Amino acid sequence: MSATARALDADEPPERKLYRSADGRMLGGVARGLAGHIGLPVAWVRAFFVALSFTHGLGALLYAVFWIVVPLGVGGRATPRAVFETTPEGRRRLRKPDRGQVLALIVLGIGVFTLVSSFDVNKEAGRYIWPTVLIGLGVVLVWRQADNARRASWTDPDRRRRAFQLARGLVGVALVGTGLTVFVVLRGSVAQLGTAVTAGVAVLTGIILLAGPWLVRMSQDLSEERTLRIRAQERAEVAAHVHDSVLHTLTLIQRNADDAGEVRRLARAQERELRNWLYRPEGTGKEQDEEPSTLAEAVKRSAAEVEDKHGVPLEVVVVGDCPLDEKLAAQMQAAREAMVNAAKYGGEGGPVQVYAEVEGRTVFVSVKDRGPGFDLDEVPGDRMGVRESIIGRMQRNGGSARLRSVPGGGTEVELEMERADG
Amino acid sequence: MTDETTGTENGAGTEGTAGQGEGRRVRVVLVDDHRMFRAGVQAEIGGTESTGVEVVGEAADVDQAVTVITTTRPEVVLLDVHLPGGGGVEVLRRCASLMTAAEDQVRFLALSVSDAAEDVIGVIRGGARGYVTKTITGTDLIASIFRVQEGDAVFSPRLAGFVLDAFASTDAPPVDEDLDRLTQREREVLRLIARGYAYKEIAKQLFISVKTVESHVSAVLRKLQLSNRHELTRWATARRLV
Repeated sequence: MSATARALDADEPPERKLYRSADGRMLGGVARGLAGHIGLPVAWVRAFFVALSFTHGLGALLYAVFWIVVPLGVGGRATPRAVFETTPEGRRRLRKPDRGQVLALIVLGIGVFTLVSSFDVNKEAGRYIWPTVLIGLGVVLVWRQADNARRASWTDPDRRRRAFQLARGLVGVALVGTGLTVFVVLRGSVAQLGTAVTAGVAVLTGIILLAGPWLVRMSQDLSEERTLRIRAQERAEVAAHVHDSVLHTLTLIQRNADDAGEVRRLARAQERELRNWLYRPEGTGKEQDEEPSTLAEAVKRSAAEVEDKHGVPLEVVVVGDCPLDEKLAAQMQAAREAMVNAAKYGGEGGPVQVYAEVEGRTVFVSVKDRGPGFDLDEVPGDRMGVRESIIGRMQRNGGSARLRSVPGGGTEVELEMERADG
Repeated sequence: MTDETTGTENGAGTEGTAGQGEGRRVRVVLVDDHRMFRAGVQAEIGGTESTGVEVVGEAADVDQAVTVITTTRPEVVLLDVHLPGGGGVEVLRRCASLMTAAEDQVRFLALSVSDAAEDVIGVIRGGARGYVTKTITGTDLIASIFRVQEGDAVFSPRLAGFVLDAFASTDAPPVDEDLDRLTQREREVLRLIARGYAYKEIAKQLFISVKTVESHVSAVLRKLQLSNRHELTRWATARRLV
């Protein structure tokens, strides 16, 4: 079922308003909706409709009226159920119809049959019964179709289902057509059929000619209106984002105008966030606090965190990308440690340069600062940062780390790792 | 002075800017639709006595830019990527004849707040000699302007990354083998630029002269501008990197 329904069920009890139920319905969802509204078992309502149908088809008529008037919605059912269900093994299969539904269907069939056969087929009136039933079936099919089209905006059916829906619509139309034809054939003799069809076609053509332009205009207006609405929505989203983040940051900057470091930090963090938001790839509306799943994301995330924490700009360049595996995660930790070191000890000389490249199966990361540099041999043995967190970690995971540091000429850490998978 | 400068956009070697007081002058036009930003850049680089940069004109949109550039014939144009009236690419298109002129050649340096791949690659393919972001320091910007004036290319680390990325995707067979591939050396040079090395450091690392580094970078720029692979444009639009 649609997420909308679930969200509604979870968050707040839906307003007790009469809707036709979109879930677990057999025809239009009228019975299901009514049952949910008045708090009775569905089977009862269905039986009521069926029983009422025996009195000159009143039940069917009532049902049809409900179907037309009541909008399709969510409700009348506590737990939404899908047409497909997931088996314990994780496969999707067609949901087994529940016994009540089958029973109701059988009763309905019997009812209709009894109703129809109660007329004397040989009499004049009786001859129209079967065509009427055919037309009715067709109309029902097409109507359900229309409901589904409305539902499609919630559930977004895949192509196969769309084909199925199309087929269903066509069957409905065919049924109605057959019914009407039978009517025509019964009324007049077959000889008059040609004339009747010609007249029908003529009338139809006339209607299309008259109403055609108007219909086209209406559909154009509709799509234009939709475009405008989408645009307005987008603008609202941008406005909301700018308000939430940019304006707040600007306010903070005004308050902290004296603290140059803080202002820079705020501005940088905000710039990065806004940039991410503006240029994020389409469709990946990833939340900030989600775990990164690719190398590029991980590098950028680490750099952003170090930048915020230490107030030193890090310039990140990533060439290529690949999914993050265990070995690469270790490499990312080492890289992060290198970034922290660079920001702490080398941040004076300008931005720290972070470069990551995926080339074939090798992932290369370099972190370079322009700080004072140091002599690795002179680092006391108890300083575990570089030896353990960077070099040791890379070696344990089958990679390599190289450190190049020139006193006065900055430091560069190179990390190289083979990807686990090809 | 070229041997000393780095041209990378941030800090990477400000040592070279001292060499500009040798009486060399460069005439520059500023094209940007933000008046405040123009004023800021003017304040940073416009002190002709100390910087050697003389701002001879400003423009806020494409039409103005074309007019100002044609009338003043500057040596270097600092060109914003996003402009009313078609953007920096449109300015480049309409000034194409000035870029190839035998005399008084006008050279373009893209200066933008955008670092979306398609924007950057777009202006470079349009004929700009380099690309720097607006976070660049004044001294580095001046150095870049002089580099462009001398006909050299200015690759920021980020641009180098984009180019490496663009030329790395080799799904389509190249139309022109010579153009559509980077040589091993060019790749190495680009990679070092992307890692934040200055020209001088690259030269030392690869045991080549700074002049050779420059010629490699210029060759890459030429390939980027002339490369036939439509793949490149497709790549730029398909990937909204950064």
